[in-house]
Amino acid sequence: MGWLGPAEIEALKLSLRVSFWATLVTLPFGIFMAYALARWRFPGRQLLNGLVHLPLILPPVVTGYLLLLTFGIQGPMGKLLGELGIIVAFRWTGAALAAGIMAFPLMVRAIRLSIEAVDPKLEQAGATLGASRPFVFATVTLPMILPGVIAGSILAFAKAMGEFGATITFVSNIPGQTQTLPSAVYAFLQVPGGEGAATRLVVISIIIAMGALLLSEYVGRRAAARVSGS
Amino acid sequence: MSLSVHLQHDLPDIKLDLSFDAPLGVTVLFGRSGSGKTTVVNAVAGLLRPKAGRVAVDGWELFDTNQNLWLPPHRRRLGYIFQEGRLFPHLTVRQNLSYGRWFAPKHARRENPDKVIEMLGIGHLLDRRPAGLSGGEKQRVAIGRALLASPRLILADEPLAALDDARKAEILPYFERLRDEVSVPILYVTHSAAEVARLATSVVALQDGKVVRHGPASDVMADPSVAPAGVRAVGAVLKVRVQEHHADGLTELEAGGARLFLPRIPHQVGEDLRIRIPAQEVILSSKRPDGLSALNVLEGTVETIRAGDGPGAIVSVQTPAGPVLARVTRRSVTALGLEPGKRCYAVIKTVALAPQDVGGRLSPA
Repeated sequence: MGWLGPAEIEALKLSLRVSFWATLVTLPFGIFMAYALARWRFPGRQLLNGLVHLPLILPPVVTGYLLLLTFGIQGPMGKLLGELGIIVAFRWTGAALAAGIMAFPLMVRAIRLSIEAVDPKLEQAGATLGASRPFVFATVTLPMILPGVIAGSILAFAKAMGEFGATITFVSNIPGQTQTLPSAVYAFLQVPGGEGAATRLVVISIIIAMGALLLSEYVGRRAAARVSGS
Repeated sequence: MSLSVHLQHDLPDIKLDLSFDAPLGVTVLFGRSGSGKTTVVNAVAGLLRPKAGRVAVDGWELFDTNQNLWLPPHRRRLGYIFQEGRLFPHLTVRQNLSYGRWFAPKHARRENPDKVIEMLGIGHLLDRRPAGLSGGEKQRVAIGRALLASPRLILADEPLAALDDARKAEILPYFERLRDEVSVPILYVTHSAAEVARLATSVVALQDGKVVRHGPASDVMADPSVAPAGVRAVGAVLKVRVQEHHADGLTELEAGGARLFLPRIPHQVGEDLRIRIPAQEVILSSKRPDGLSALNVLEGTVETIRAGDGPGAIVSVQTPAGPVLARVTRRSVTALGLEPGKRCYAVIKTVALAPQDVGGRLSPA
């Protein structure tokens, strides 16, 4: 990658790390939330659904500010995590937290759709054959929603790569620490002569976004074919 | 009694309130759609929680609302064969078959997979996925999957309803073998009189959520007042023995000294069978008929005549072969002067005896 400067490489690597962890840590919560919203009927379900989708419709700067209030050093969650020795404010972990929260609704939507497509009658069949709920989930539901889980994860990863507003509000724009790819593009555009670096990062952004989209389509089709048995 | 069912439940249209005890073998829940059959099976399976009731298999309670006892479906040790098969699409046939086996207690694994696979003739399908199977093949795999879970109770909810006649004829023998070779009670839901005649050890006739008749197939099916599937389902069930296969494509059966002919069936000479004779395929004559194309004429005496509000009547004729039912008009009853004790002849068209009405004989029926 000789054509990239060290600051650009650093931003790219940081973004990949942030997005990877944001997606991985969010995934179990995303599957659980999608299952709960798709299959369980409980009071406040619509409210929960709204909460999950909030980051999608709120201005990102608002989400970032709310994160700062709760997870900042003086915030309630921030203090709690601080006592456990985890500090997210102005660290790459904070960037991952912001990216994860912003990507969460996209992930839940994709997985929820695939869960709703699974016929509950198949899960009943599993139960009559002796499988308890967790086993039915692991042996019937999960394999059948795999395409949705993969598609949701790739979508979430791509969203995390592009997250800007909440991240910059919550953890600022510190090179090497919280300066992700979009933050770096923004920073380069602020200084005279930075257009070259910005353009290179923009090209990389486009490649990653396109690649993620194509990959998710491909994997989704492969997995769907496997699951439907054709 | 190996299966004991007491249920009360409110459905949108009907109130379910029924009890029955079933012996080993196939207990058929018979009734038209909406009579509550599937609700009963789902409550037994634990997929539906009834308002009140108790179900026990060999004295082992699956639930009892009085004791606040409720086993979840996965602890009921069932083999449920669904109408649509419900095979797992992401697993191969082999994996589908072993699914229930994974969860069965090790000491309870009675069935030998190789034997079951051979019995169902699905050895060549093991590496395929359900999407690549025909309807009949899917249902055979579903039977195998249920059986290999080593269940203490087999449930079947209209397992043939989604199949065409040829596939039905392909699957029915496997249920007969289940009944005769597997010592597990089977609760079988259907609205087909032909399936009842072939499979039932006992029949529980349901109407609007109540048991209207319960007993051996030959009794329940001969009672036109039950007629859960309509008057067309009324028919006598006779015990017969295969006498001879004739060169002209007919098979000769012997029943209590009388001879019956029907289109050739695959059963061996000397084999004991049950055969259902639909009442609407029987014609009555007060004199020995002459110059008729029908080959089967049974002489007997009128036992009962049941007439409803409509123009039809069901006449029960005692013949050497057993009681035969005929569906005739009330006008004919008057014209022929039919009354209990009167001699008459029951005429059955040979081709009216369809192969799907022929099944292996049962000891208790």
